[in-house]
Amino acid sequence: MPQLTRRRALGATATVVTGLVLTGFARTAGASSEPRTADPKHNAEHKGHAGHAGHEGPQPFSETYRGRRIEGAPSHGDGHHGGYAVQIDGEELHVMQNADSTWVSVINHYETFATPRAVARAAVIELQGSELVPLT
Amino acid sequence: MYTRKNQRDLTRTEKRRLVDAILKLKRSGRYDEFVVMHREYYVMDTENRPRPAHMTSSFFPWHRRYLLEFERALQAVDPGVSVPYWDWTKDRSTTSSLWAEDFLGGNGRAGDRRVTTGPFAYATGNWSVGRGVTDQNWLTRNFGRPGNNPVSLPTADDVARALKDPVYDTEPWNSISTEGFRNRIEGWGIHRVRTVGNHNRVHQWVGGPMAGAASPEDPVFWLHHSFIDLLWDRWRKAHPKAAYLPGRKPASPGRDRAYVFGLDDPMPPWNVTPRKLLDHSKIYRYA
Repeated sequence: MPQLTRRRALGATATVVTGLVLTGFARTAGASSEPRTADPKHNAEHKGHAGHAGHEGPQPFSETYRGRRIEGAPSHGDGHHGGYAVQIDGEELHVMQNADSTWVSVINHYETFATPRAVARAAVIELQGSELVPLT
Repeated sequence: MYTRKNQRDLTRTEKRRLVDAILKLKRSGRYDEFVVMHREYYVMDTENRPRPAHMTSSFFPWHRRYLLEFERALQAVDPGVSVPYWDWTKDRSTTSSLWAEDFLGGNGRAGDRRVTTGPFAYATGNWSVGRGVTDQNWLTRNFGRPGNNPVSLPTADDVARALKDPVYDTEPWNSISTEGFRNRIEGWGIHRVRTVGNHNRVHQWVGGPMAGAASPEDPVFWLHHSFIDLLWDRWRKAHPKAAYLPGRKPASPGRDRAYVFGLDDPMPPWNVTPRKLLDHSKIYRYA
């Protein structure tokens, strides 16, 4: 288990997103933490994918949020197509997607968010200015 | 055979011995191995690898064994200690004795959320956190997460509703199982069905590392999970004929077959089956 890198785990995510439990859950789903996760622009971009078992993840983003650079983009690690990587000030924030298409991160493990951008913003709030350490 | 007590019933001496044992484990490096293990077993239900600990039926037995391992490590330091439980349906105050100077210390201070009281305050020199997640080495807490998106502790009613469910767990055996005791207590929010509850909500309420994958960085982790373990007992007593589910791995060729642990499927990292962990009455009891 310790040998399994986070990068690999991230890459693995995409495979499962295809089909299965996603049916009936819009990919643009809101989350349990609506106030922090609202992201109308992003949702608008994805209306067309609702219910369509995802070959396409969320779109890339890049912005400064509360003084931190947050970025997200689809990743193509490890031979798995898809996956999604998020960085805060250039360090990777480990994020993953749940069966209802919501997202969590290593910083906010016990709640879900509608989009990777919402996960990144929540992590910025939680980090209170501290840095992520590089993933191994 | 030993007893796990409600933390509010611990004597001053019991608290001191428990704290001392935890600090000794920390100093030896053993404590951080538990933190790292929890982080490594942070596996989501969309990942292609075994998922015994969270978002799955074996959430209860996996954490029972994890607590037992921790408790054995504590007892190797001081054979007289055990892991007490925090009944957050009753001890709900930010000034509960749980958070006092002589036990876990209190909330984080305004501004940087740093815990500055009690034996786990950074300034004592005995407790640093951050392994593998952030570069911030002091323990933080943020009780109730005041601000735009506050969190309250689950109530006795929330727990009672979960205990009433006569079924242990239901398909698809993951974070979107809407019925079943397991996910009602584990507490995953499900889009359009319900928000985060019980176990998950308590992690959020404490804040700091407790809200993340390295949650055992805060010693309250063990007291929280001791209560979760007790709730599994209460559910079994309330439904004596109900079984751990699934009895076997799902028969369908779906991915869950590989990622869900049935009653007799050995769970990593100990290769112990859920069946072996159903009955702890020869090891410990709850008072």
